[in-house]
Amino acid sequence: MAKLIKPHTGGLTRRRFMSTTAATGAAAALGASVWGGRAQAQQKRGGTLRVAKGHGQTTDTLNPGTYENGYMLALSYGIHGFLTGVGRDGSIEPELAESWEASPDAKTWRFKLRSGVTFHSGKTLTAEDVVASINFHRGEDSTSAAKPLLSSIIDISADGDTVVFTLDAGSADFPFTFTDYHLAILPVKDGEVDWRSGDGCGPYKLVNFQPGVSTSFARNTDDWNQNRGWFDEVEMLAIVDLNARTTALISGDVHAIDKLDLKTVGLMERNQNLSIRSVAGNQHYTFAMSCNKDPFTDVNVRLALKHAINREELVEKILFGYGSVGNDHPIGRGQRFYNDEMPQTTYDPDKARHYLKKAGMDGLSVEVAAADAAFPGAVDAAVLYQNAAKEAGIDMKVARKPNDGYWSDVWMKHPFSAVYWGGRAVEDAMFTTAYRSGAAWNDTFWENERFDELLVKARAELDEAKRREMYYEMQLIVNQDGGAVIPMFANYVFATNEDLVTGDTFSSHWDMDGERWMERWSFA
Amino acid sequence: MGTLLRLIAMRLGLGLITLLIVSILIFFAVELLPGDLAEAVLGQGATDETVAAMREQLGLDRPAPIRYFEWLGGAVTGDFGQSLVTGERVSSAISQRFANTLFLASYAAIIAVPLAIVLGVIVALLRNTVFDRVANVLTLTSISSPEFFLGYILILFLSVRWQVFPSNASLSGGMNLDDLLYRTFLPALTLVLVVTAHMMRMTRAAIINLLASPYIEMARLKGVPPWKRIVHHALPNAWAPIINVVALNLAYLVTGVVLVEVVFVYPGIGQLLVDAVAKRDFPIVQACCLIFAATFILLNLAADVGSILTNPRLRHPK
Repeated sequence: MAKLIKPHTGGLTRRRFMSTTAATGAAAALGASVWGGRAQAQQKRGGTLRVAKGHGQTTDTLNPGTYENGYMLALSYGIHGFLTGVGRDGSIEPELAESWEASPDAKTWRFKLRSGVTFHSGKTLTAEDVVASINFHRGEDSTSAAKPLLSSIIDISADGDTVVFTLDAGSADFPFTFTDYHLAILPVKDGEVDWRSGDGCGPYKLVNFQPGVSTSFARNTDDWNQNRGWFDEVEMLAIVDLNARTTALISGDVHAIDKLDLKTVGLMERNQNLSIRSVAGNQHYTFAMSCNKDPFTDVNVRLALKHAINREELVEKILFGYGSVGNDHPIGRGQRFYNDEMPQTTYDPDKARHYLKKAGMDGLSVEVAAADAAFPGAVDAAVLYQNAAKEAGIDMKVARKPNDGYWSDVWMKHPFSAVYWGGRAVEDAMFTTAYRSGAAWNDTFWENERFDELLVKARAELDEAKRREMYYEMQLIVNQDGGAVIPMFANYVFATNEDLVTGDTFSSHWDMDGERWMERWSFA
Repeated sequence: MGTLLRLIAMRLGLGLITLLIVSILIFFAVELLPGDLAEAVLGQGATDETVAAMREQLGLDRPAPIRYFEWLGGAVTGDFGQSLVTGERVSSAISQRFANTLFLASYAAIIAVPLAIVLGVIVALLRNTVFDRVANVLTLTSISSPEFFLGYILILFLSVRWQVFPSNASLSGGMNLDDLLYRTFLPALTLVLVVTAHMMRMTRAAIINLLASPYIEMARLKGVPPWKRIVHHALPNAWAPIINVVALNLAYLVTGVVLVEVVFVYPGIGQLLVDAVAKRDFPIVQACCLIFAATFILLNLAADVGSILTNPRLRHPK
């Protein structure tokens, strides 16, 4: 399809097409109507897909509470069923739950399960399996990373083929919670959920799992949804080394790879057999200031630092154009309630000086901590920030930290550090996870009464227009008062070869088509 | 022969003490690393609550010496415990990986050792000729380049340009020996290039050293042809240093291949060790390091025994 576009647009390659249109939010609509439909028609069954992912470690386990990287995400979506899913347009779709309804206060939710769904082992899916699978991530002894996501649930019960959730406060986006990759529905065996066997009700059966090396899958021919899972077999390799992964694709050993080397994408684009996919998503890179530590307690200092960073330069030099500038709030351009009326914070040394003066300072000296574990190019980004801030009279020191132990020893410990945030499908999840007062991952230690109040209100509000207003205001509050400098949103960049039919629109909340490539793509 | 057996027994005993010291060093080195297993496993997703729950479940909240002696108690009875992250037995987590590493090391050794010694003899025979110079320059160049660089050069030409060998050496079940040898040819070749120079030059130097001896001159005066002088008269006396260098390089093939594993995506023990260190998975780190230490101890012992066996004077000490 690259050939269809290229001759007529004179230099506008697919990559630029994708990144520019996605940036304006038009790609979803355009792509679906023009090419999405045709790609669907070409899908056919069969073949063995080989994909190399830039994640995966020997320490990975099948325990869904421990999934933490793109490799396990894709594995989870491949073998497991989920109550709900996110469609390519970002909307919620029924999966194992056929339908759901909320009480008027959005505090009680009833999910009706699809009938006749079986696990790979042949066991029929029951409401008890769902209750136990969700409870696996809750409770005192749970070590699941998904625990905070479910903190609002007070009670879960099974009622025939319906699962009833009771929440401590209303939540309009509650069904989105179950699209999370941790919340796989597992079979109950001997009173406990069985994650060790790898049994699930997803489109593929787990054949062989070698952590950190490769995983093989075979199509689940009894899948409840016969409109997905096109390959007979899938082989997913963990190739963390960038060069090895790129070579595997170029030499034809695999059909697709993720996490391209942005420095050399230009060279790969020349290869006619490859399609480079750049998807604007919600993943963003931040510099988090601890609002409870001096000098960041003063909002004027925070504003000065927000005006002292050259966002365009970072997008150009760190993301090589595969991304867009951020506006110091974590909501992506493609999201439902993205505030497009808000003025963009720009690089303005004079304004930064003005805010410093307001804070009663002549100059400012801060240290920013960074490591490439925070995000690829974080150290370089910090150095660019340092240079830009110099103009504003800010003396910034860059402290390069080791990758190893970055998340336990630097992040949320150092008062000013580089951070990576993956996308969240809904605004509420992002705000609740990292911006609510006292949230476990509130890495800016920011507290704002008005924001907290709006967060709870907006969550329970079922009127779309009123919600929009509230989320707009929240984005403005975070932009004006929050502790995160959010200079850029990074695109997901992956590559596929000519054997694959993928369609041209992709889910944007995770890499590689929302990590649902296994069930959505097929051979041409 | 009695003295030899006594020597072997004594060296094995000393080896066990070395292993004990290594295990103590490794344990406390892992303890010194910032962050612990719970924080490393949960990563950015760690909250105080989940970290505490995980520490309690794995017993990480107890003092370090107690945990060490518990591990030691198991290890002396042959139980190396289980991976703290995956819960898998250490033996089953490591055995396949170690077998892969041994396979690759043997593959490389079977090519490299004879190649190096034969080349060494030939360049000793043809010393200071063009052949000698070219062989020296080539092997020195390959030993001076980092392995990953050699690997990338081989990949560039042999798998991307000419597409003769696969760049990705990852193994999957059901491969027969031919497939296996084909898939792993490039990593093996890289290792061959890295270790050959050292052994070849030692062979050359040891032989040339001996060529000045009176008994070689005697052989020459008797009219023994040059190749026979070297193979029959010089080489038997040159074995001791050659065996030592070979043992050192074999140990390197087992323990020093992490970079080659990464470049060629080969599922060996090196990558396992790196991942385990990143996650502070102490039992796995410990087991890998002890295997490496034991490899060095055993190969050194083998080298000493080998030099004694090839030298009658050492066999009958005064």
